[in-house]
Amino acid sequence: MSISHALLGLLESGPSHGYDLKRAFDARFGHDKPLHYGQVYATMSRLLKNGLVEVDAVEAGEGPERKRYAITDAGVSDVAHWLEQPEKPEPYLQSTLYTKVVLALLTGRDAAALLDTQRAEHLRLMRVLTRRKSGGDLADQLICDHALFHLEADLRWLELTAARLNRLAKEVTS
Amino acid sequence: MTGEQSGGPLLAARGVHKVYGSTPALAGADFALHAGEVVAVMGPSGSGKSTLLHCLAGIVTPERGTVHYRGRELSALSDAERSALRRGEFGFVFQFGQLVPELTCTENVALPLRLAGADRKSAERQAREWLERLEVDDVRHHRPGQISGGQGQRVAIARALVATPRVVFADEPTGALDSLNGERVMELLTAAARDTRAAVVLVTHESRVAAYSDREVVVRDGRATDLSGLAGAA
Repeated sequence: MSISHALLGLLESGPSHGYDLKRAFDARFGHDKPLHYGQVYATMSRLLKNGLVEVDAVEAGEGPERKRYAITDAGVSDVAHWLEQPEKPEPYLQSTLYTKVVLALLTGRDAAALLDTQRAEHLRLMRVLTRRKSGGDLADQLICDHALFHLEADLRWLELTAARLNRLAKEVTS
Repeated sequence: MTGEQSGGPLLAARGVHKVYGSTPALAGADFALHAGEVVAVMGPSGSGKSTLLHCLAGIVTPERGTVHYRGRELSALSDAERSALRRGEFGFVFQFGQLVPELTCTENVALPLRLAGADRKSAERQAREWLERLEVDDVRHHRPGQISGGQGQRVAIARALVATPRVVFADEPTGALDSLNGERVMELLTAAARDTRAAVVLVTHESRVAAYSDREVVVRDGRATDLSGLAGAA
């Protein structure tokens, strides 16, 4: 995800301090992975340098100065452009799992067990997300659903690969 | 002492073989279900997962191997005893076609209680409570042909749970539903089973449905592998 675009987008609804931006980001998008303050400040100084945000006000306090950032017209255009562009669908052709399966077959290790272990791990996470979804609000449900559908796709690949393991073994070892 | 009283499984299959024609459906399958747990049985089409469910429920008798329910071997029971067990201790939810088309939804749900000897008024009162719980009270006077697939599955779950069974066998319970309806059905089924402390054997080929379970067993080439010990290593 483009953190700079996400922060810029959040800033579009009104000027904000770095700390408040981080909190807004975490509340909306950061569920399992909150931003570090360092990430926010580094991103804001880059946006500032590129003219996409400006310092709207500086408050002097006991600690360091607190800058309040506002989005510029160029920043608004940048957010609009980002939103208009479709994300590149990831083909996952260089999947780590595929690499692991092939290496297991090449080295004479148990590829079926590897697939079973991965499958169990995927399903464990799907259980966690399903429980979170059941007790969550609509935002939780949609975020969990997105992850669940991706995990489901991986699981289908794991099943299919397990069913084709003998054939794959012949091909990679021939 | 039953297996369950000694802390063992409520339902256990050991070395189960079942052949249909010349096709082996199960070839030495082991399975254990403990009281109150929800276990997903997964596997590709034709792997033998539904056959395993049928053997566990005493619907079919395996050629070899044993199935014990609360310490009693199912194949040692008479047909009448097995029927009584299925009526009194087991509940069933299938993919479709399980409701009696001539009866209203209330009458369908009340049926297990009526068969167990309950009077009509009390059976229908309990049926109504279960229909409310499964959010289909509004179709209580309808017949199965007049309601949607999702409503039908909820009525079927109400019927499976109304007599507070110890084990619910659910074979692809969401197989004919769209994903939103399927999820709601799974939420209602697992919540109701947990509330009544019923164990559930959930046969499904969908991982999103299996994610409502406590653990997963995969049936492949007629054998069952418990994957629960494999997760969480990372």
